Amino acid sequence: MPRLEHCGWSCSCAARGRHKAQPGDAAAGLAAKVGEMLSSSVSSPSLSSVGHGARSPSTSRAGSSTSGSGSRSSTLNWSQHLVQRSVVLFVVGVFMALVLNLLQIQRNVTLFPDEVISTLFSSAWWVPPCCGTAAAVVGLLYPCIDSHLGEPHKFKREWASVMRCIAVFVGINHASAKLDFANNIQLSLTLAALSLGLWWTFDRSRSGLGLGITIAFVATLITQFLVYNGVYQYTSPDFLYIRSWLPCIFFSGGVTVGNIGRQLAMGIPEKPHND
Amino acid sequence: MTLTEKLRERISGAFYNHGLLCASYPIPIILFTALCILACCYPLLKLPLPGTGPVEFSTPVKDYSPPSPDLGLQQGDLGERPDWYLGAPVAYVQQVLVKATVSPWQKNFLPVDVFRSPLSRVFQLVEEIRNHALRDSSGVKSLEEVCLQVTDLLPGLKKLRNLLPEHGCLLLSPGNFWQNDRERFNADPDIIKTIHQHEPKTLQTSATLKDLLFGLPGKYSGVNLYNRKRVVSYTITLGLQRYDSRFLSSLRARLKLLHPSPNCTLREENIVHVHFKEEIGIAELIPLVTTYIILFAYIYFSTRKIDMVKSKWGLALAAVVTVLSSLLMSVGLCTLFGLTPTLNGGEIFPYLVVVIGLENVLVLTKSVVSTPVDLEVKLRIAQGLSNESWSIMKNMATELGIILIGYFTLVPAIQEFCLFAVVGLVSDFFLQMFFFTTVLSIDIRRMELADLNRRLPAEACLPPAKPAGRAPRHVPPALRPTTPHTITLQPCSFRNLRLPKRLRLIYFFARTRLAQRLIMAGTVIWIGILVYTDPAGLRTYLTSQVTEQSPLGEAGLPPMPVPGGVLPAGDPKIDLSVFPSDPVQLSENQTQQREQKSGLEPLDRLETNQPWAQGPEGKGNGQLELGAEAEVTWGAEDEEIWRKLSFRHWPSLFSYYNITLAKRYISILPAIPVTLYLNPQEALEARHPQETNRYHPFLASSGAKLDAEAQPGPASSKLQGHQDVTLYKVAALGLASGIILVLLLFCLYRVFCPKNYGQNGHSRRKRGDLPCDDYGYSPPETEIVPLVLRGHLMDIECLASDGMLLVSCCLVGQIRVWDAQTGDCLTVIPKPRLRRDSSGVFDYQESWDRSPDGKNGLDESLENSHQLKRMLSPPPQPLLFCDQPDLTSLIDTNFSEQVKVAASEPRLRAVGGRQKETGYDFSSLVGKVYEEHGTSSSRSFSRLSAPHGQAGFSAGSGGPGFRVCGSEEGGCGRRRSLGEEAPAGFDKPASLPSWGGDLESSVWSLDLRGNLIVAGRSNGKLEVWDAIEGTLRSSNEEGLSGITALVFINNRIVAARLNGSLDFFSLETHMSLNHLQFRGAASRGSVPSSPVPSGGGTIPCELTHTVLCAHHKPITALKAAAGRLVTGSQDHTLRVFRLEDARCLFTLQGHSGAITAVYMDQTMVLASGGQDGAICLWDVLTGSKVSHMYAHRGDVTSLTCTSSCVISSGLDDLISIWDRSSGIKLYSIQQEMGCGASLGVISDNLLVTGGQGCVSFWDIGYGDLLQTVYLGKSNEAQPARQILVLENAAIVCNFGSELSLVYVPSVLEKLD
Repeated sequence: MPRLEHCGWSCSCAARGRHKAQPGDAAAGLAAKVGEMLSSSVSSPSLSSVGHGARSPSTSRAGSSTSGSGSRSSTLNWSQHLVQRSVVLFVVGVFMALVLNLLQIQRNVTLFPDEVISTLFSSAWWVPPCCGTAAAVVGLLYPCIDSHLGEPHKFKREWASVMRCIAVFVGINHASAKLDFANNIQLSLTLAALSLGLWWTFDRSRSGLGLGITIAFVATLITQFLVYNGVYQYTSPDFLYIRSWLPCIFFSGGVTVGNIGRQLAMGIPEKPHND
Repeated sequence: MTLTEKLRERISGAFYNHGLLCASYPIPIILFTALCILACCYPLLKLPLPGTGPVEFSTPVKDYSPPSPDLGLQQGDLGERPDWYLGAPVAYVQQVLVKATVSPWQKNFLPVDVFRSPLSRVFQLVEEIRNHALRDSSGVKSLEEVCLQVTDLLPGLKKLRNLLPEHGCLLLSPGNFWQNDRERFNADPDIIKTIHQHEPKTLQTSATLKDLLFGLPGKYSGVNLYNRKRVVSYTITLGLQRYDSRFLSSLRARLKLLHPSPNCTLREENIVHVHFKEEIGIAELIPLVTTYIILFAYIYFSTRKIDMVKSKWGLALAAVVTVLSSLLMSVGLCTLFGLTPTLNGGEIFPYLVVVIGLENVLVLTKSVVSTPVDLEVKLRIAQGLSNESWSIMKNMATELGIILIGYFTLVPAIQEFCLFAVVGLVSDFFLQMFFFTTVLSIDIRRMELADLNRRLPAEACLPPAKPAGRAPRHVPPALRPTTPHTITLQPCSFRNLRLPKRLRLIYFFARTRLAQRLIMAGTVIWIGILVYTDPAGLRTYLTSQVTEQSPLGEAGLPPMPVPGGVLPAGDPKIDLSVFPSDPVQLSENQTQQREQKSGLEPLDRLETNQPWAQGPEGKGNGQLELGAEAEVTWGAEDEEIWRKLSFRHWPSLFSYYNITLAKRYISILPAIPVTLYLNPQEALEARHPQETNRYHPFLASSGAKLDAEAQPGPASSKLQGHQDVTLYKVAALGLASGIILVLLLFCLYRVFCPKNYGQNGHSRRKRGDLPCDDYGYSPPETEIVPLVLRGHLMDIECLASDGMLLVSCCLVGQIRVWDAQTGDCLTVIPKPRLRRDSSGVFDYQESWDRSPDGKNGLDESLENSHQLKRMLSPPPQPLLFCDQPDLTSLIDTNFSEQVKVAASEPRLRAVGGRQKETGYDFSSLVGKVYEEHGTSSSRSFSRLSAPHGQAGFSAGSGGPGFRVCGSEEGGCGRRRSLGEEAPAGFDKPASLPSWGGDLESSVWSLDLRGNLIVAGRSNGKLEVWDAIEGTLRSSNEEGLSGITALVFINNRIVAARLNGSLDFFSLETHMSLNHLQFRGAASRGSVPSSPVPSGGGTIPCELTHTVLCAHHKPITALKAAAGRLVTGSQDHTLRVFRLEDARCLFTLQGHSGAITAVYMDQTMVLASGGQDGAICLWDVLTGSKVSHMYAHRGDVTSLTCTSSCVISSGLDDLISIWDRSSGIKLYSIQQEMGCGASLGVISDNLLVTGGQGCVSFWDIGYGDLLQTVYLGKSNEAQPARQILVLENAAIVCNFGSELSLVYVPSVLEKLD
């Protein structure tokens, strides 16, 4: 049982990671369009078309802006900054994946920590890197879209707020893992409300909402697809093949990582004067 | 007025009053809040402390029955029962506590005899317990039926396989070391080794095998060679599956019967149930730790924003205290009203903190801090509170609303969370309003005091010229809210390099003497531990005290619920009578046993009476006769001795059999005391032959000592002697190692440290002129060595440069041209040799002046000589000027005094027109001096007019040999008189000739392009000089009013005059070409390939336009860039002209004082500063005002911009850095007195400011002081008055009569 749950979580993370992995390369300098990447990365044709329909203009624009900015900034400084940011985001993603994974496992395992540790590290070595990559891409995507849309994100731009956002995100995960709800619908509704609250409290931008929904949608679809193909299984699926709270987690994760990414993008010049 | 507005007004009013209250009575309010917090936290005392330690619960033995597993079925005293006390325990633990001693002790016994024979009895006891069976009406019940049957050990414990029981009863005793085999024990030559073979070598918190088998902590067992009490204790531990009171009591009775312990005072009425908490594994800990890390990051980033307060740390602490105590209060309040928290407190705590948040605290701080500084503290607090009241209330309402929504999710956990959060929010609000606000007020008050202390001297020293009545106007209260903090420079001596972080850390250590204090504290603790744990020390004394006064010791025990009907404990006699334990049960159940016992009873009585009767007198008696009789005492410390075991004892024992105790409990039955007295014969028999051999020598040696002493207690004194020896050995070893350590350290010190390290460091302190800070740290010798340009006699007034050449002009009107690269003085205008015709002395002087060059004679033409000089460009040339002593003091005394008075005034010239007018008076002042001096000088002064000068210059321009500048009569007359006074003093006259030039007019403005110097004089004359040859190329005296400012762009010259008119001149040369060519050649000092004939032909200078009345008042500032010309005037306006046709494009109005500083660059952004302390930014394209900021108290003295900032300095000695686009002040730097105006921008992020004898480099972006360069010792007292940044990253600063040329390559490399 714990194994299944754990696997479900990790695979969903991985799905997110894999899906975002290729745009990451685009951002790193391969001048490719995100739209194409979407269709190529997602194997199911119907899914890709839905993905396009949902958000293709913004994503493709984001992709072009990413590549454009990549070529524009041939200066060493800027690309260095970019690399730094993506490394930080990657590390954050890996760390979060590990921790949240553990949180999900814990629900069924209380004792014998050695065993938990061994299962964590043996079964899913590829989960943290994938999550890290996903985090890097999402975190870079958010500021790009902001700059492309021409509406710089000014709302609560400070590290304290970002930290608060991360804490709430962990709290949502915690709730999904630990709380006992009467039924799954209640759980999902609560988590959805929490996720929307997260967005409203820390983001409040159209682009953030749109991107978050896109991420949630696409990632959920991929998870469904993977489960359908039998890569892994959920303990008690209630939403086709997966748990119904998964999109909420994806959404809030996207918003959180985007928040971090934006803060990093303002990054160094924002460094407060400390004297 | 709508309802919202009304409400808003109400709220802000209420907050205002509240702020006043808080700031007025800080101490009572803080006390009140502290009381509130304590009162609300009081219910928390009832809650169990979090942690994994086991929890106990006691029930009386009598009428004990295992609790039913169902909570509902329980009745009665539910309140006292913990909620884990449900169902049967994992096991009942019955311990048989054995105390054994060999009695009487004979003095020839070995130390092993203390425990060898007592341990050997364990096998017998174990057999007895194993074979015990209860026979009653229902049949025979053996131990096998009730005991806890254990299976295999865990596979990882192969080592313990032979030692711990498997497949059978859980029965542990020391006999397990020998597999419960008496023969093995007897054959064991070294018992201690056997016992200790499984002891872990490292520190371990969990139970060791010895503890497990002995059933009590190892040090209480008495199994060692230095057991002075000669009492050995151990337990036989029995795990029971079921509680069978009859079986247990029969066992108890049987053991007591066989081995009575008469003076036992153990109370046996309570069963202790021990509940073990869930063990927290690493896996659970990781998310928890992560959330806490995030929480700390949140708190860190939040509190970091607290700014502009006296003590950041204090306020951050207050903020954290506010949040944390509000959480505690919320939990306390909830508990008070009957809600017990069921959630794991540690888990939800971070989320609660995050939900409650620190935002309000920060907002409050920010709002209060941004109130006008000059208000009273009370009012500031009140105003700050009321400003933010609305948003605080709105936030609060929103949060409450969200949380209330959460309450309706109907999930119990979320509901509970929301409840806590709501109460927490409310109490947080309360604490913010009362506690934090008050702390803030105290902090602000402290800051004000500190500020006052710091600011006072600076303001007191402001130039008195500033009328006091004007001051209030310059303090518009509205500008205060935007005042960010000020960087205040420490006194010059303290202002060194920004120390590297590691040095700062080391200094911190050094300052706080952290290491010493730590070592001291450590030593004290160590000594304390030593004293306490020393075998002869405090603890033994204390324990002996405690055991002697056993009633007191018992009183100290925690009171236990004593069921009625149990006799009071502690009285041995009654205990003895109770001894046929539980007579009721016995009489009821066991007839057979009773008979058996009754047969034994008298015998027992006899036996037990013997030591008992002996007791009182035995203390005196028995010790007198050899002390052989030993007695086993049962004291309070034996009561529930399992408590002294590690709390992981039982869990680890059971975990060996894969039984977890997590979230379960075990019941520990009262121990059965067993006392064993062994006679010497037994002890001798039990002895192993090898032991005799091994311990014999020691016995013999100590035996001799014992005989000599022949005192009671021989064995103990023998052991004492042994211990003394060890003690001495240890002491000697310690001393030796200490000495060796000291020697080693000394050697290391000698090796690593240079010999002269502490001896005034000759090499380091060579630069004694450099100041050291408190720690003796002097700045390292930097590669930045300033080049000092000396030569001017008076203070330098004007500076101009084009990157290659540097032109300076001093008060007396002497213009010197320097090479900006090397610092050579190229030309002096007017030439010092002009007085050749006046006297022989000056002739000679002139040749002396030349002679250091050694290149040319007197007879050569001046042109040739000059060219030669430039061609060879000898390096010692600067020496020519540097070697000369400062002559100002040699000048005629009364005159120099006057000059000094006069000289101080132009210093203020930059301040504004008012000062300028006094500067204009300078000449008349000097003139007065001259009148006093002599008639000739007065004559010269009366002719202080243009025509005269013109005549002189026109004559001079005619031929090279004939250049006369200034009034010959006056100067020479004076010269002559001076020369007569000191005819041989070459030095003196050498300095004086330049006086000739200034008499007619002083140079007010100067500019340089290519090799042409344009000088504007106070008499309105415009002169164009050749910088290289020192010849006058052109002169124009059409205007009569003094030229206050000059701009020289390409071949246009714009002169602004005192009467407010503007003159546009144009030079008809190929200047731009010339300029470039010169640049290419000049660096190597070859002949300048000037297109202008070297003969020194004049360059026509035409007046193209005149704007007669550009301003009504004198023009004080003039800047040109991007084809525009900007003038600033005392009439409070600025005007923008087109450079081409002198058309006025805009008149910019906005200042309420005279314009003092103007900056304009190629981006057409214009910045202007005025006497009103304001800075305006304008867009020159449209003539609109972009922003307006109140910058300084008093005049803005200089103004410059980088691409992102505006940097201004004012009379208040502040340098402020503003954001160029938003007009927000980023920060400001408090400068030293009188250095306010000197600043320059080297690159976009490097700022140079002048100080007392030094210049400082700042990082504009962060306001960090990068480096301070001291410009020699002699300049210590001189403030840098002007800083000019050259194109090649050099700066020139003006220290009185000297110039310093500083190259800053290193800083630039680092920054770019």
